Amino acid sequence: MADVRPLLRSELLPPKGPVRRHLISIADLTREDVERLLALSRTFARSLERDVKKLPTLRGRTVVNLFFESSTRTSSSFELAAKRLSADVMSIKSSGSAVEKGESLKDTLLTIGAYDPDVVVIRHAQIGAPHLAARFTPAHVVNAGDGKHQHPTQALLDLYTLDEELGGIEGLHVAIVGDVLHSRVARSNIQALVLMGARVTLVGPPPLIPRRIDSLGCEISHDIEDIKDADVVYVLRMQRERMLEGANYVPSLREYTARWGVTPARLRPGQKVMHPGPMNRGVEIDGAVADSPESLVERQVRSGLVVRMAVLYDLLTQGPVEVKVAEIEEVA
Amino acid sequence: MAVLFGKNGRQDSLAFENVRVVDPTRGLDEALTVRVERGVIAAVEPASAPANGKVLAPAFVDPHVHLRTPGREDEEDLASGTRAAAAGGYCAILAMPNTDPVVDSASVLGALTEQAEREAEIPVGFLAAISKQQGGAELTEMVELAERGAAGFTDDGRPVVAPGLIRRALQYSAAAGRPVAVHCEEPTLSRGGHVHEGLVSAELGFGGYPSVAESVMVGRDLALAGYEQRPLHLLHLSARESVDELRRARAAGIAATAEVTPHHLCLTDEAVRSLDPNVKMNPPLRGEEDRAALIEALLDGTIEAIATDHAPHAREEKEVPFEEAPFGVTGLETSFAALYTQLVEPGVVPLATLLERMSAGPARIYGLEEPRIEVGAPANLVLLDLDAVWHVDEGSFRSKSANSWLLGSKLHGRVLQTVAAGKVVYSA
Repeated sequence: MADVRPLLRSELLPPKGPVRRHLISIADLTREDVERLLALSRTFARSLERDVKKLPTLRGRTVVNLFFESSTRTSSSFELAAKRLSADVMSIKSSGSAVEKGESLKDTLLTIGAYDPDVVVIRHAQIGAPHLAARFTPAHVVNAGDGKHQHPTQALLDLYTLDEELGGIEGLHVAIVGDVLHSRVARSNIQALVLMGARVTLVGPPPLIPRRIDSLGCEISHDIEDIKDADVVYVLRMQRERMLEGANYVPSLREYTARWGVTPARLRPGQKVMHPGPMNRGVEIDGAVADSPESLVERQVRSGLVVRMAVLYDLLTQGPVEVKVAEIEEVA
Repeated sequence: MAVLFGKNGRQDSLAFENVRVVDPTRGLDEALTVRVERGVIAAVEPASAPANGKVLAPAFVDPHVHLRTPGREDEEDLASGTRAAAAGGYCAILAMPNTDPVVDSASVLGALTEQAEREAEIPVGFLAAISKQQGGAELTEMVELAERGAAGFTDDGRPVVAPGLIRRALQYSAAAGRPVAVHCEEPTLSRGGHVHEGLVSAELGFGGYPSVAESVMVGRDLALAGYEQRPLHLLHLSARESVDELRRARAAGIAATAEVTPHHLCLTDEAVRSLDPNVKMNPPLRGEEDRAALIEALLDGTIEAIATDHAPHAREEKEVPFEEAPFGVTGLETSFAALYTQLVEPGVVPLATLLERMSAGPARIYGLEEPRIEVGAPANLVLLDLDAVWHVDEGSFRSKSANSWLLGSKLHGRVLQTVAAGKVVYSA
């Protein structure tokens, strides 16, 4: 092997500009960041128990929700989270917007940026869209899901749910079942759970478990029986819309369900079940499992609100500690 | 000898006094004075004083450039592309045929060579397609294309999927007298892939483009070249496994050659974490073992040529999310400085090796006259300032496009002057 020096000579890299705080990937967070966000979420949960649920905290701030992919849970909870904090909210969906007239993402972002938003929440089908938002708007960017890459607020709300329901995350064993390959939720959750000291096992058919994913610190199994060892079974949606036609990821949904579907028989009594939604009942999850008392699905949705309040608050108030987030340079 | 096309120019007379002359194929590395008279090297004589810190070397040859003409003259044209090449120290470049229309007939090629005679600042050779419209089905009229001046044949940008078609191309290359060059990519393995399949793609969620998508095609095409006893050139190798295949084939006596790009020599898929569309190319940036294998092959001559795969793209095509961006980056104006900074200065590659792989190496593969510093040779010279430090920014390019992976970086080593076919084509 040739004697190869470190990749890029760091002294020759472009100088870093001032850092603006964004939430783009769980990979950018430290354990302290996550603990602070969970503590903030608990604070907001208590505030929502009052009769008057609105807090004046972000009065005068502007939050823009830009949703280029369909969403019920995420878009509604970001909108409500911003409203609960008294921010002005604009929600823009690709359907009915200039995107339908062929406007590029860059031009949409420049248009939104002209209103000087404080936060841009963006969901997009393509990896890297939030980076573009950070480049072309002056706002703090929150990634609400970019392609198969990341969905950091989903992972945070899942952590919050587990913390509330099971009294802690450290040492928990979570089995993530199904289509990991196409799942941004899986990627964010693996990183978040490992960061907080949980044990993670991925279970699914080989083509749907990405090569080298174990480098994130998780285990891999192709046997559905292995979910029995876990404290929590996290079921992923079969993302048929992201699968390339003819790529043979699964020969048939019938076989997938027979082999890897999460059914009452495959669970141990007392195991908690989670799903990020929307569910395909009868495909990756049996209806009886989804509706059982062990299902935390509804609880996850409720957690979404307070966690997203915490994220918006933290980004806009700097938080009690300086957060390490994606270091994206300012553009002039 | 391949035919090159360019403006008939002046034949300049000039002198490089007391410079460090480095010509690896002639074993030269000493202080000399070189005089050029009417475009020809007239004297190579002892220096009258210690060398002045500048290096004079044979000018560079780029065997792999996308000039986007005809069809996308908004991204590059013959004039801008050859001006960019001149600024990068090149005296000759070869253009790829994946244009619109594709260079797949003598009439398209003829129009292009005539245009080059009017517009090209340095000599350009044109490769023609292997298959009509690069469709992978029907062979082009290779013999006629060669007679009309094709420097070689390739469907670059796309793989030739059918082994039977590669075999026919190899057979006709004997009659055409020009080499076949292949872009090795097995499309059912690379499908949906945006970056190298590995740790980074798993973490970021990208569809993976595995090394094996390249190396299985390298293996297949080398087997066919061996069977037909014909030379074969492998374009832009990226994977360790491909280098292994090439080594085995060369040891078995197959006349195989290969090129590697500056970006595959300097970067790995770790760079993709930035999600900057200017590190998206085909083949993708691979792992550190791949980069090490490419450097090792460059050092021992298994890979004989450095090719920029200069692929200009309009600004709006790259100002999109990574996944939506097209493959390809520019490279003509930064290749020497990038490699000098990343590989020569840190002591990984000797200067003479770099200069050889950027000049005589690629010239040999396509049967071009090797640029050399020798009395009586046409002046194809590059004058370099190894101590210069400069910043790469959007405004620094002569190319019409600025999709460079080096934007914002500081580089060491600079081209001061380029002489191509006896004419000064660039002065800093």
